[in-house]
Amino acid sequence: MHPAPSVILFTTLSGLGFGLLTFLGLGYPGVTGWVAFVFYAIAYALAVGGLLASTFHLGRPERALKAFSQWKTSWLSREGLCAVAALMVMGLFALGAIFLQQDWRLLGILGAALSLATVFTTSMIYTQLKTIPRWNMALTPVMFLSVSLAGGALLAGKESWAIWLLLLAGAVQLAYWGKGDGAFAASGTTMKTATGLGGNLGAKQSGATVRAFEPPHTGSNYLLREFVYVVGRKHAFKLRAIALTLGFALPILFLALPMENLLIKHLMAGFAVLSHMIGVAVSRWLFFAQAEHVVGLYYGKR
Amino acid sequence: MTFQQPRVETSPKVSDEIRQTTCYMCACRCGINVHMKDGKVAYIEGNRDHPVNKGVLCAKGSAGIMQVNAPSRLKAPLKRVGPRGSGEFEEISWDEALEIAAGWLEPIRKDDPSKLAFFTGRDQSQSFTGFWAQNFGTCNYAAHGGFCSVNMATAGIYTMGGAFWEFGQPDWDHTKLFMLFGVAEDHDSNPIKMGLGKIKARGARVIGVNPIRSGYNAIADDWVGITPGTDGLFILALVHELMKAGKIDLDYLSRYTNAPVLVNQDPNSPDKGLFLRDDHGTPLVINRKTGKLAPFDMKGVRPDLGGSFKMGDITHVSVFQLMAERYLKDEYSPEAVAERCGIPAKRIRAIAAELARVAFDEAFELDQEWTDFRGETHSKMIGRPVAMHAMRGVSAHANGFQTCRALHVLQILLGTVEAPGGFRFKPPYPKPVEAHPAPHCRVTPNKPLDGPHLGFVHGPEHLALKSDGSPARIDKAFTWENPMSSHGLMHMVISNAHAGDPYKIDTLFMYMANMSWNSSMNTGGVIDMLTDKGEDGEYKIPRIIYSDAYSSEMVAYADLILPDTTYLERHDCISMLDRPICEADGAADAIRWPVIEPDRDVRGFQTVLVQLANKMKLPGFTAEDGNAKWQDYADYIVNHERKPGIGPLAGFRGPDGDKSGRGEPNPEQLDKYIKNGGFFVEHIPAEASYFKPWNRAYQDWAVDLGLYDSPQPYLFQLYVEPMRKFQLAAEGHGERQPPEHLRQRIKDTMDPLPIWYETDQQGNEGFTVNALTQRPMAMYHSWGTQNAWLRQLHGRNPLYLPTKLMRKHDLNDGDWARVSSPHGEITVPVMEMAALNDNTVWTWNAIGKRKGTWALEENAPEATKGFLLNHLIHELLPPKGDGLRWANSDPITGQAAWFDLKVKIEKAGAPEDFTESQPALEPIKSPVGTGPKDLTWKVGK
Amino acid sequence: MTELPTNTAKKMGLVIDLDTCVGCHACVISCKGWNTENYGAPLSDQDAYGADPSGTFLNRVHSFEVQPAATPSQPDPAAQLIHFPKSCLHCEDAPCVTVCPTGASYKRIEDGIVLVNEDNCIGCGLCAWSCPYGARELDLAEGVMKKCTLCVDRIYNDNLPEVDRVPSCVRSCPAGARHFGDLGDPNSEVSKLVADRGGMDLMPEMGTKPVNKYLPPRPKDQLEEQIDVLAPLLAPVTETPGGFLGWLDKALDRLPGQTSDQSSGGQA
Repeated sequence: MHPAPSVILFTTLSGLGFGLLTFLGLGYPGVTGWVAFVFYAIAYALAVGGLLASTFHLGRPERALKAFSQWKTSWLSREGLCAVAALMVMGLFALGAIFLQQDWRLLGILGAALSLATVFTTSMIYTQLKTIPRWNMALTPVMFLSVSLAGGALLAGKESWAIWLLLLAGAVQLAYWGKGDGAFAASGTTMKTATGLGGNLGAKQSGATVRAFEPPHTGSNYLLREFVYVVGRKHAFKLRAIALTLGFALPILFLALPMENLLIKHLMAGFAVLSHMIGVAVSRWLFFAQAEHVVGLYYGKR
Repeated sequence: MTFQQPRVETSPKVSDEIRQTTCYMCACRCGINVHMKDGKVAYIEGNRDHPVNKGVLCAKGSAGIMQVNAPSRLKAPLKRVGPRGSGEFEEISWDEALEIAAGWLEPIRKDDPSKLAFFTGRDQSQSFTGFWAQNFGTCNYAAHGGFCSVNMATAGIYTMGGAFWEFGQPDWDHTKLFMLFGVAEDHDSNPIKMGLGKIKARGARVIGVNPIRSGYNAIADDWVGITPGTDGLFILALVHELMKAGKIDLDYLSRYTNAPVLVNQDPNSPDKGLFLRDDHGTPLVINRKTGKLAPFDMKGVRPDLGGSFKMGDITHVSVFQLMAERYLKDEYSPEAVAERCGIPAKRIRAIAAELARVAFDEAFELDQEWTDFRGETHSKMIGRPVAMHAMRGVSAHANGFQTCRALHVLQILLGTVEAPGGFRFKPPYPKPVEAHPAPHCRVTPNKPLDGPHLGFVHGPEHLALKSDGSPARIDKAFTWENPMSSHGLMHMVISNAHAGDPYKIDTLFMYMANMSWNSSMNTGGVIDMLTDKGEDGEYKIPRIIYSDAYSSEMVAYADLILPDTTYLERHDCISMLDRPICEADGAADAIRWPVIEPDRDVRGFQTVLVQLANKMKLPGFTAEDGNAKWQDYADYIVNHERKPGIGPLAGFRGPDGDKSGRGEPNPEQLDKYIKNGGFFVEHIPAEASYFKPWNRAYQDWAVDLGLYDSPQPYLFQLYVEPMRKFQLAAEGHGERQPPEHLRQRIKDTMDPLPIWYETDQQGNEGFTVNALTQRPMAMYHSWGTQNAWLRQLHGRNPLYLPTKLMRKHDLNDGDWARVSSPHGEITVPVMEMAALNDNTVWTWNAIGKRKGTWALEENAPEATKGFLLNHLIHELLPPKGDGLRWANSDPITGQAAWFDLKVKIEKAGAPEDFTESQPALEPIKSPVGTGPKDLTWKVGK
Repeated sequence: MTELPTNTAKKMGLVIDLDTCVGCHACVISCKGWNTENYGAPLSDQDAYGADPSGTFLNRVHSFEVQPAATPSQPDPAAQLIHFPKSCLHCEDAPCVTVCPTGASYKRIEDGIVLVNEDNCIGCGLCAWSCPYGARELDLAEGVMKKCTLCVDRIYNDNLPEVDRVPSCVRSCPAGARHFGDLGDPNSEVSKLVADRGGMDLMPEMGTKPVNKYLPPRPKDQLEEQIDVLAPLLAPVTETPGGFLGWLDKALDRLPGQTSDQSSGGQA
């Protein structure tokens, strides 16, 4: 898949934002007033910024509101609704915390649940696609949720949880890659099933092989631009190492280092967040760039 | 559950009006419905009533809308202001353009009309352009057949009075085995596809003989990936097998062919190899009923295939005996030819067996009585459901003529020509060679030529030679170098004119022929010749006038450009005098008419020729009172009479428009055509629909329609006597004698019975890989590239290599290969193709473009990745050290031997090592600029 | 609306004959022409005369090479080239419909045609992501998703003669490799073709239940294997050239009409 900056930004930022909102809704940290304002400002900037970024890949963004109508079947529609609901509920909760010093617990829990649901629905947009075996796995939502929670914990300053959640998310990330690498083959979709050729030429020819010859047009097209993106194996390995290091290992290291000085501790936490964000962005780049759409089979490409 | 679906308008208005005309996106000439909205072209589809395409339409046809709006269209007449090749022009008025042209041409006419060489390319009005040239008086006229498929056309007409091409067709409705040889994917394109569809729907077998398994060959049930240039050998092996097994149609051979005709066998006679004839010149056979000599056409005669006759000391034996003696020899056995053809002997035999099985075991009868030319009535029509078709693939070799002959002989031996289920002629064919004119070349200042330029020679007496024996024509057509060059040799014109051999010319006038690019062998050389100057500082070809509708590569090399219209803006007639749109079941012709008016200062080329003729008051165009007969081409189409009552269009003649074929000119004729969908068709009666060369009902019908003036029954010429006459000359008989250096070649190649010979490989040492081109079905010549839709399909052309050669040279898709021939070298991207002869490479023709042409941006893939194989092909063979120019062509017809190309391949680099195919020529300045960036083409609201 | 109808009255679709398609692209351009002028926004082209031309097409013809496995009787079988047209398959279980967040994509209850209501399309591309067949292309000029409409504006169009009420690609196809009809009716011509020729689904494992079917290429290059049956056909009539003329004489005697004036037309 084409690793469009808009979708990478969207999933990275909004995942982090809704992760933070989840923790804030649960009361971690239970802040009020100006401090709460700063936390919520960061959470909303990330979540809303991510959502806005996602509209850049729309052909007709001015019609985006229509996307809320099909929640019965469409994960994208559900995600939109969840996001709006989460932002509204958490907005109310934030108003209480910032201006009224109130902790409306039930509202907070509902907001946290909606925030997590938003991340889940986002992940389901990808997970539902049988056409992209690397996404069409139970591990995809687990990966999205674990990363979101780890990032949320990190931003929320829940360092002790963050370390464990980062460890978990890193492990899930590794598992996701591991399983993802075999997903296309495991899906059973091949050029033979795509074309019906090679196996259907009579029993005598069942051992036939099929290869794509000329593409339909020598000119490019939307499908090739959108779905066919080739990442070199070495390049991918390097990027995975970077994603794992920056996204999970370094933040854990930054958090785990015993620090007495509060300033340095905060600085280290800041580094951890920055490192995590870059790492997740790299992981998300790979998430798209390495995702092979079955339509590539018709072009002899994956 | 109820669904709230949007309401879709399922009956939108399709268009304001449908205008029916004839397509010109290729040479196929399908009928089209042009849907108009607000006076603009909105959508083009096939015309269901049309005899050629019956409603279907190919990609090119449907893309016509993008041709009519192409930014490459020339806008106004142009006068060259920079050096040739620079592309520097200034726009001028038509008055000035005609003034300039007439100013060049009139002095030539008064002095020596042959100083004008007038050659037209993809011309569909040859009967008109030929008429113009004849009335101008030059002998130097032809269209592009010489480098297209003249071998096929000429071999067909000499052998059986008609050819494949679009002049005949398989009996798609009855054939059970269809064998397709070397057909590029563009000629007669929709009818072949429709026919294949019919065959496939019946589950009948298709055998494809072609080194490349693409297009039609991709759906062949059996593919014979033959070595290029060996088709003749393969065919003669089939002949060998079939004759040996007696699986030949003896009845058909004895009745309808010259197999029983007696041939003089006296080794010393000046008539050796000629037919025994009676006092009227009619060939004689032995009548089996009497055992005596009889004219072949005598009523009740039963010609004896095995006949022989001794007249005095001179033995005469039948053609069939000569054939048996030759083709039963072991040198034609499958085993003997297998390796050279690249086809296992077992496979050849299997194909021969299948031909025999289908022709004879699956023979069938049509319950249709008919009467033959001898007056004998047959109660049934016997079907032989084996059909064949071939085209440029077998034709464009230096042994192509004999190969095409061999193929026709194979068809005839099986009795499948004009039999139900076999191959059928389309009117005006069948037409024996004697019914065609002979070539004419006598030039007289200020007078028309003494007759039509092109035709069919019957012997040395018809060669176009001057009294000193030198060639009369600039292209050396109809000379000892290529005696049967019935279509002329357009590919030799520039080379000969530049060399002043056989003489110098003054003005080269060309139409729709991209000679400085894909329509020439040796593209770079031709560009040099067009721009070369003599010691006097003048161009060696002093003046060049060119007419084209588009900004092609050739434009920059002309001095005066006469911009043509697109096909929807013009009048045309697809005439029975020319290459009509007939089908086997009917005679048909068609018109084009301006369904839209040009939005530029352009004129239809034929109208410009009329205007030029009127300006020069050419005879033929000028009435006795000195006034012009016709104002424009439409006027000519309606009112010209070639013979009394016979004009360019056969339909709706006579004052009331109710006469077909023969009748007075009808001023309403074009309107009648338009009302009838742009065409006219006259169906052939059922009893006349098969066995046409010998069928009385057909012959009478053809005379009524004006195709002949009298019935013309004839025999198929398995043995072509005119060829023997050239051999006799080479053996020293007769007054007209060939030059010494050609004697042996004439003796060797002009065999009156089909032979196969290896094409000249001298100088080709080390170049062993066959290199071919073919045209994609979605592109026609260079035209597709300017079309925004079609160029997305084929915007570049890799060189396709078989898997074996890819591995041998360590090549992967996208790598660059250096491809060389004795003549040149190119560096091009490669792509693997498994379904390809192991020792053959190929590419799509004419995708590569010169920078600055066709209104493309200079970095268009056609101009960077695209390439021409033409750079590797020379119009001459490598020098033999004898100081002579030996043409790279068939020694019989002069057909350009494109497909004899042999190359060497080396890896040049990885994809990133080159950015452009080589050679990369300098850009030309575009006279039309480039096109718009984006297109959202919608005419209606 | 993005819920799929539980069943449709008809299942209109195409049957594409891979044994007959010569890869001429007629259907591709005819589709481009009709759909540029008709349903919804025109199919635009970008960089139309430049370095990287591309455009929206609703139907494209791929090509594949099939290399049969070697067998004892055919140790070196020739590769085969198959031309492969592909457009929307109008799936019964169309994932492109259910993923659509706006309801722009829908499957018609009366005939099963999958359409995009362009007024509601936000151009998110998710439907194209969900389609295994690459049947949907986002038009860059209009920003909305385009796809094959099965020429819904032709097949019921009262302004067209009845014979022309078929998709543009079907009407144009020179080889007759494309067939249109109701695949929900087992007695329709298209259903019979599918039954007779073993029509197949593309990527059946996707569970999309395509309506369009593909007829597989017939077995190729089988002639030599039939040689045993055919061999007697080529038995020589004689072993010597002189003998050939002897055979000829007898064979000619056997022809009808060689000795009397009766009508004729027999075979050797």
